[in-house]
Amino acid sequence: MLLGPALALSAILFSLGVAGVLLRRNAIVLFMCIELMLNAVNLSFVALAQLHGASGYVMVFFVMTVAAAEAAVGLAIIIGIFRHKQSVDLGNINLLRG
Amino acid sequence: MTEVVFYLFAAAAVISASLCILQRSPMVSALWLISTMFSLAAIYVLLNAQFIAAIQVLVYAGAIMVLFLFVIMLLNLGQAESDLRGPSTVAATLVIVGLLSVELVALIRYTPRRLAAELSQWPTYTDPATVFVAGQVTQQEGAARGVVGAVAVPLFQVYLIPFEITSILLLAAIVGAVVLAKRNA
Amino acid sequence: MTSLVWLTVALPLAGFLLNGALAIRRPGAKDLVSGIGVGALVGAFGVALTVFLDLWLRPPHAPVIVSLWRWLPVGSLQLDFAFQVDQLSAVMLLVITGVGSLIHLFSVGYMKADPGYARYFAYLNLFVVFMLVLVLGSSFPVMFIGWEGVGLCSYLLIGFWFSDKVNADAGKKAFIVNRIGDFGFMVAMFLIWHHLGSVNFTDMVERAPAVFASGSAAVTAITLFLFLGCTGKSAQIPLYTWLPDAMAGPTPVSALIHAATMVTAGVYLVARTNVLFALAPLSSTVVAGVGALTALFAATIALRQYDIKKVLAYSTVSQLGYMFIGVGTGAYASGVFHLVTHAFFKALLFLGAGSVIHAMHQAYHATHSHADAQDMRNMGGLKQYMPATFWLMLIATLAIAGVPPFAGFFSKDEILAAAFARGGDRPVYYLFYAMGVVTALLTAFYMARLITMTFLGENRTGDRERSHLQDAPMVMTGPLLVLGALSAFGGFINLPPFFGGGALLEHWLEPVTAPAHQFFGLEMPHGQTEFFLVGGAVAIGVLGLLAGYKATLRRRTPTAADAPADTGLARVLNRKYYVDEIYDAILVRPLVWLSRIVLWKAVDQGVVDGAAVNGTAKLSQGLGWLGSRLQTGQVGVYVVLFLVGALWILHAMVG
Repeated sequence: MLLGPALALSAILFSLGVAGVLLRRNAIVLFMCIELMLNAVNLSFVALAQLHGASGYVMVFFVMTVAAAEAAVGLAIIIGIFRHKQSVDLGNINLLRG
Repeated sequence: MTEVVFYLFAAAAVISASLCILQRSPMVSALWLISTMFSLAAIYVLLNAQFIAAIQVLVYAGAIMVLFLFVIMLLNLGQAESDLRGPSTVAATLVIVGLLSVELVALIRYTPRRLAAELSQWPTYTDPATVFVAGQVTQQEGAARGVVGAVAVPLFQVYLIPFEITSILLLAAIVGAVVLAKRNA
Repeated sequence: MTSLVWLTVALPLAGFLLNGALAIRRPGAKDLVSGIGVGALVGAFGVALTVFLDLWLRPPHAPVIVSLWRWLPVGSLQLDFAFQVDQLSAVMLLVITGVGSLIHLFSVGYMKADPGYARYFAYLNLFVVFMLVLVLGSSFPVMFIGWEGVGLCSYLLIGFWFSDKVNADAGKKAFIVNRIGDFGFMVAMFLIWHHLGSVNFTDMVERAPAVFASGSAAVTAITLFLFLGCTGKSAQIPLYTWLPDAMAGPTPVSALIHAATMVTAGVYLVARTNVLFALAPLSSTVVAGVGALTALFAATIALRQYDIKKVLAYSTVSQLGYMFIGVGTGAYASGVFHLVTHAFFKALLFLGAGSVIHAMHQAYHATHSHADAQDMRNMGGLKQYMPATFWLMLIATLAIAGVPPFAGFFSKDEILAAAFARGGDRPVYYLFYAMGVVTALLTAFYMARLITMTFLGENRTGDRERSHLQDAPMVMTGPLLVLGALSAFGGFINLPPFFGGGALLEHWLEPVTAPAHQFFGLEMPHGQTEFFLVGGAVAIGVLGLLAGYKATLRRRTPTAADAPADTGLARVLNRKYYVDEIYDAILVRPLVWLSRIVLWKAVDQGVVDGAAVNGTAKLSQGLGWLGSRLQTGQVGVYVVLFLVGALWILHAMVG
């Protein structure tokens, strides 16, 4: 059974995704790292679905759906910001500053 | 044999992910992410989730990543200078990610037997087969109705309402995306 | 009948409220104000008389307690607001309402032209209310209400013409100096509660002999603290300095408050708590000693004062000293006797002086002169212009000098005899006796000086003013006549057996002074010793009067404007031994420095304002600033923080 290694791979991919979110300033690349994190979690669900049944697969299904919706809306927002500021550099977007 | 193939694709996934987060150009990053997804799809097949592998390629790599590529090309970002954050952030990242991976990689030691032992009441005598009944059911379903049927049965019976709500969610996402991206007239 | 005693308080209280309202709304309604003010007092006197008669004809076994309402039911202290009607309070009641009525009547004439007429009568009535609460109170706290209240009214009345800063300062001084004494009273009250478990007078009389051993430290401490209160209220050393300054108030106020009633509160207190003083012979000696010293000290100052009211003020301080010698020797009835006779002749002296000042004021007003109407050097030979006033003041002078058969002779003589008798027990009392005798000599001297300078010799007022000098109207002279009769014949209320009398007052007060006789009994001298003492006292009095008359008449007294400054001893006496200046340097200045520099600048501004209030604000601001550093608006920072939190939760769930 490949349970252990699959879960470890999931952990590594998730950590890489987190590192990417923290390190990059480009908004689109940030989103892609978030997708990477979601993929890692999908892998985890699939690995455990062998033991816990098809609800794992159903969960993966829903995660993908939500990821799709989120990507669509998020990218639309980025387009809106780009129109306004001519840049997607998150270092410049600090209007919520306290 | 499967193990070797697994480790092969696992390495491919890790390398692709690393390159994805480190590339300067967003376009190249997107392509490396697609590569990661393909590797993951292969691993899903090895984990006996063929349907999910197919959906991964179709939806994730085929639709979502294409959307990303469209937006990158639309914004015409070009080859920007490095957008990595400052050294303080790098340090913080190393710390956080270090801690995270240390916590999670410990999962490698899990086998079904060990997981069963942790989940049941009589640790020493458990047989994974008796604890993970649901997994057995799925396998039987899979044998009876095929790969797609094994997923479809819970999806359209137990999880019907979440399924319907998801469709509304998608509708909301579509409307939202259209409204947000519309050019002001 | 005795249960009606509350009316004596209620009538003046109503007078105060009504006159107060009139003072605010219709200050011009002088006739109405007079009617209310004087009527309230006369009514109170009537009630007092019935109470006294009831007490006389049907003497009760124990003091009658008239409880008005439940005041402080707190744990083991069940205190009622109650009046105690017994022989002592009945005597005080008569004196206060009787002399008070006469002075109210006098004020009608004296204050006629004053715009604050209604306010004056309101305050005067209020004073009588508090004074009556003081003497009628059945427990220490009720008495203390009166004690404080008369201090308040004293302040209000001394500073009556407050638009002149000197008067306002005098009022303040009186109140503040009194407060020091009040502290003593309060400490004593707390100690009594602590030791005896009750603050009622009847309980005190019952329990004190059982609880306190004679001469023990506890009862000595209590009585010394009580006496501190007395020195404040009754102007003894060291807290007498407010009384001469208090002459800044209207003269009838000086007569009522600073001669007849308020200043006697201290003597009344000692008489009331005589059981405690009898159990503490050391304190009694201190009382008598301070009284003697004050009497002598004040008498010397009076020798060289030129303001007629100041002479009388120091005379009051001196005579109060006599009263304390009396109660300090254990002769409580004698002290009270002198209190009563002093009320008569001192009130007469002050009111007479008031008539003189009134006439001088009118004279100077007519000629628009700014000379001092109270300075005796501007008077002289007033006998021909104001004969009635002269004869009445002469009676009072003879009384105060101790010439028989006037009132002061009997009371003063008894006190001196008691001091002499106590000398057999404790020799130090012989010293007090000697001081008392010297004081008697000086008293006669300065009173004769006063009469001579004011009424005899040739007139120095000024040629143009002379024609305006006249006797006061009947509304003012009438009360003087009554007081004159009392000064002349008042001594007969306590005629000692030596003169064939029945010592009425002493027997009357026996139920109250009985405990003292038990512990501090006194064997009064009789026979030959008494004869010599009495003869000596009379001789001293007459000698002093003649010496004063001759000495004053002989030298040519210049008018105040032309008078050369005093030098040497005379100057020290005139400046009252510089006591006020000494107090100022030793006490007042350091205190003001402490308040301003330490407590205000350092503590209040620095610590409380700076560190506590502003400091806390700055701390909040600082913390807020720190918090604001988190709100950068940058997504990256938020993500980092988010992940830190997620990591933490993960660790908590797993580890």
